[in-house]
Amino acid sequence: MNPETQETTGHGDISVGVAGAGASGDGSASATRITPGNALRPEDIALEVRTGLARPTEDVAEYALRLGDDALILAQRLGHWISRAPELEEDVALGNIALDQLGHARSFLSYAGGAWDKSEDDLAYFRREHEFRSAHLFEQPNGDFAVTIARQFVVSYYQFELYRRLTESTDATIAAIAAKAVKEVDYHRDHSAQWVLRLAGGTDESRRRMINGFKLIWPYVGELFVDDALTTRLAEAGAAVEPSSLKADFDRLTGEVLKEAGLEVPDVPAAPGGGRRGQHSEHLGYILAEMQVLAREHPGASW
Amino acid sequence: MSPHGNPEEPASAAAEIKHEAPKASPAPAPEDHHGGNVWPLWEVFVRSSRGLSHVHAGSLHAPDAAMALRNARDLYTRRNEGVSIWVVPADAIASSDPDAKGAFFESPQGKDYRHATYYTKSEGVKHL
Amino acid sequence: MAAQNLQSVPDQPAAPQEANAGQGQGQLEADGQAYFDRVMADDSRIEPKDWMPAAYRKTLLRQISQHAHSEIIGMQPEANWISRAPSLKRKAILMAKVQDEAGHGLYLYSAAETLGQSRDQMMDDLIAGKARYSSIFNYPALTWADMGAIGWLVDGAAICNQVPLCRASYGPYGRAMVRICKEESFHQRQGFEILLELSNGTPAQKQMAQDAVNRWYAPALMMFGPPDDDSPNSKQSMAWNIKRFSNDELRSRFVGMMVEQVRVLGLTLPDSEVRFNEDTRKWEHGPLDWNEFKEVLAGRGPCNSQRLERRRQAHDDGAWVREAAASYAAKQVNKQKEYAA
Repeated sequence: MNPETQETTGHGDISVGVAGAGASGDGSASATRITPGNALRPEDIALEVRTGLARPTEDVAEYALRLGDDALILAQRLGHWISRAPELEEDVALGNIALDQLGHARSFLSYAGGAWDKSEDDLAYFRREHEFRSAHLFEQPNGDFAVTIARQFVVSYYQFELYRRLTESTDATIAAIAAKAVKEVDYHRDHSAQWVLRLAGGTDESRRRMINGFKLIWPYVGELFVDDALTTRLAEAGAAVEPSSLKADFDRLTGEVLKEAGLEVPDVPAAPGGGRRGQHSEHLGYILAEMQVLAREHPGASW
Repeated sequence: MSPHGNPEEPASAAAEIKHEAPKASPAPAPEDHHGGNVWPLWEVFVRSSRGLSHVHAGSLHAPDAAMALRNARDLYTRRNEGVSIWVVPADAIASSDPDAKGAFFESPQGKDYRHATYYTKSEGVKHL
Repeated sequence: MAAQNLQSVPDQPAAPQEANAGQGQGQLEADGQAYFDRVMADDSRIEPKDWMPAAYRKTLLRQISQHAHSEIIGMQPEANWISRAPSLKRKAILMAKVQDEAGHGLYLYSAAETLGQSRDQMMDDLIAGKARYSSIFNYPALTWADMGAIGWLVDGAAICNQVPLCRASYGPYGRAMVRICKEESFHQRQGFEILLELSNGTPAQKQMAQDAVNRWYAPALMMFGPPDDDSPNSKQSMAWNIKRFSNDELRSRFVGMMVEQVRVLGLTLPDSEVRFNEDTRKWEHGPLDWNEFKEVLAGRGPCNSQRLERRRQAHDDGAWVREAAASYAAKQVNKQKEYAA
């Protein structure tokens, strides 16, 4: 290799160049010191599943599929905002939330796949619409920023109550995923609550849009708290909780924010849902068509 | 600064979220020449780990202190850069004139006796 | 207000005037220039409040804002593939990368703001079509392999350009570049990995990879700017320690690196004239279509209007949100005042 090219090849050299830049100084170096941190990653779950350290029961796998699909579809929706948010800072903020959700999705799907010898990608890209288990709320379109915030507000308060309880699941993997997720979702609550306050208390237009956003989203709240045979069995085993048991805390905490924002809980009829049984909104087909198109064009390919 | 502006207070407490609005934002209302939608500039200081000072990391725009803290968290700590953040309205910072080095920063020059290295006779004496 | 910054620049040059208030304008300029020249000679840094020649300020403002615009517009071709990324791991990586680009735009706008122009004004100039950005982002990202080629070639070229900029004579620019270079170190690698996977994949995947490399190679080489003999501003920028190496110098280095790396990829560069010149000790490449470069720069590229329209729309759609948050903040301040009174 031409020795002159050495200076800018390889990434180790870049940090040398950076450290040698002089202008940065020790002080600013500390504010730019970066590390990957230490936390449970989707890859860790996948490894545990592959090596047989963790294997969900059929029931737990089905349950993990629900949580994974919720998070995956939401991440897919939120990803659309990156490069389109109201301000650049919000591009970054929504990107962080989308990445958190995608991380949760990958962990849950990797774990679920253990029951059927499938990878996260097998489940995400090669299931058909009726095989997905996402609730309708997560499938709702982004709409304007207020609709996205309304959806995120409901999702994050629901997920927080759910994950908080799942940290005590008798299924160690579910508990571990929930323990990582609950901290991230706590921040999502904060982010969406801040925006609810600002949009509701900002201008007439923003208030009108915020109210409209909640009106569009609220019909899909009920489905989140519906128990069925699966959740009942898992709750009895201590692996999960009945969705209905989250409702009181959800109502109380969202109610506090709405009250402070001067908003009413929307008085709209609830939609029947059905996502847990594979009966989805009209939106899901489009979401999957876009998400799966490339992977399905090259079945069996590695990326 | 408001409760939310308090840099020592985390943006979100673990169990109960702090969703109340900041009681005061030191940033003046933004200019109106763009339909009142221009957010003021904030300077961000990040403490990279306990025991170290907060160090200037960069700037960002935010409507108020509460959002500035959150934007700073999202923008400047994506790679574990910090354990604590301060945000300060950019126009609240008074700075010395960097070109006035001659007058402002001349005095300490040459006052070697403020430094241990000035005292050479004690060299080699233990524990001194 | 919006243009204020920690190290903000007053409208007039600072110290020499204040320190020599009784003297004539000519003397002040001379003092400032002498100080500036000393900084340049010492290879030290200029900070926002320092006196600086008007042309230096203008050049920096143009370069840094163009750089920021490039990050923001550059999000689009990749953001378009987030929804279709063929694995969840790739989706996460791509999302994080495009998000980084928003962050890098923000760092750079902040650096430019220290020169006395508000981000808002820069954004207005961008969406009005009055500002430039790297013309490479006016090419379409047609296949998944383009995510690889953009990471490997486009980010690779950008990193070549940016590493020396960490030592740029203007402090805020250099500091922004330090942060950006650190964060970007994963961008090129993830692109390389995408191409490597494709190259080792099915014949259709390999073809996709080669096709993307073929399309992005020449535009990536042109990212270093016109040849040295056709780059009138380069000399001044180098004298000001903003630019550390000439366009051709950097381009030649980059070609050398790509020659090595493309072998590892098992692909080829679409350039039969690449060779190492033993006499000049430099890498040489085939001719580039500078006419096309100028056409795209002048707005006649494949995606110019599409890119600007998307940015304009995001900005316009967000206006009511920005206004709401600003209005809410103002109301809170007023409430606080009433409470205090």
